[in-house]
Amino acid sequence: MQEMIINRLRELLADGEYAGVIGWAQGETPFDRTPNLFNAEGLDQLRYDSFCGSNLSKYLVQQASKTEKKIIALLKPCDCYSFNQLCTEHRIDRNKVYVIGVGCKGKIDVEKIRKAGIKGITGITEDGDLLKIETMYGEKEISRKDVLLEKCLACKGKEHKCADEVLGESEETCSGDKYAAVRRLEAMTAEERFEFWRGELSKCIRCNACRNVCPACSCIKCVFDNPNSGVQNKAAADDFEESLFHIIRAYHVAGRCTDCGECSRVCPQGIPLHLLNRRIIQDVNELYGDYQAGESIGQRHPLTDFTLEDEEPSVIDTRGGGK
Amino acid sequence: MSMNQEWTPKIVAFCCNWCSYAGADLAGSGRMNYPANVKIIRIPCSCRLNPMFVLRAFQRGADGVILCGCHPGDCHYSTGNYYARRRMTVLFSLLDYMGIERGRTRVEWVSAAEGAKFAATMNDFVKTITELGENKKLGDLRCKK
Repeated sequence: MQEMIINRLRELLADGEYAGVIGWAQGETPFDRTPNLFNAEGLDQLRYDSFCGSNLSKYLVQQASKTEKKIIALLKPCDCYSFNQLCTEHRIDRNKVYVIGVGCKGKIDVEKIRKAGIKGITGITEDGDLLKIETMYGEKEISRKDVLLEKCLACKGKEHKCADEVLGESEETCSGDKYAAVRRLEAMTAEERFEFWRGELSKCIRCNACRNVCPACSCIKCVFDNPNSGVQNKAAADDFEESLFHIIRAYHVAGRCTDCGECSRVCPQGIPLHLLNRRIIQDVNELYGDYQAGESIGQRHPLTDFTLEDEEPSVIDTRGGGK
Repeated sequence: MSMNQEWTPKIVAFCCNWCSYAGADLAGSGRMNYPANVKIIRIPCSCRLNPMFVLRAFQRGADGVILCGCHPGDCHYSTGNYYARRRMTVLFSLLDYMGIERGRTRVEWVSAAEGAKFAATMNDFVKTITELGENKKLGDLRCKK
């Protein structure tokens, strides 16, 4: 797969029509893949395997505006939604990007392997649905589908929604109801929900990784970077500031969030941030009709639209769920 | 000194310039009573209300936040309150999901001719917030004097 992609890219880059390729390179640790801009010479550094979980669409906002030439982007099926959404918002000029859809059969979360008790990992090889893991303590095996990234469990399908060409096969990895975790929270009492979220969000160290990685969160100037707010720094664990940051972060992308799950993937504290966004998506679907952000370019999202018969906000007080 | 004995709710009311603010004016000139805990902030249109305003008001010590705007269909800018309606529904739902008491936030449509409705709404809202008690979940110690 990786060879196939590199060979095709060599062909495309040969005549100088394109400025470069946005793809994945080897990161600092063996199972870390970092986004990188390649030219024809550096192509042998390109990696594409089961660890390329990151969504590259946001890097196009800057890179595509830097050059006159077109740029090539490698996008997985789920990344295409974010790409479409950014095109809709005029953050990326669609004509300046040549999208190569790369096949994806779900990406692996190394943290999940570690959490399963396999430590001291030195190498991982794939054998169909089985992962063979070499560790300092001998060889172990684990099923591939048990250690997929959280976002792959809410897979949106194997179709590339914006690709100019597709390389490789994809597989859908969706498992069950993606709103199950949201419903579990809804079934709790208000006190329990508050405890849950205060507990999770007070772990936040305000590293801003969730904000910086989010393809929908692409404002040039962010409201949270205001030094005059007086509450910019990390607050005490009991304070509302972290919750406020995350409420606004999730709310700001309401209707535009494609549920790509990057926020939770990059969180160094392991906060399930996607559960906030997913609840908004669930609400919007329930109240204003089914909507998937980034399905195509030029969609009007539900919060920039209305009907005369919309529910009043007081509908929240009488809705089901824990009181 | 016990704080609780002295506690009276602080209410922030965001009122649209064209309807509700004039409605509040009418309540005043008509000598209708509504509690002094209600602090009115005038905004150009109900859809000017950034969700951040609501949260910052809570963070800085408000116990309840209410948004008043023109009745749907009567917006001075034609459609502003329709957008506000969707935004606030989604925001309130998210607050509910995070365990904030229902009832601390409200949206009410008050026209410029409805001074009596304005006074009644505020009386009722203050009563609700007094029953809910002090806002402990959303405050920030650093914002207290």
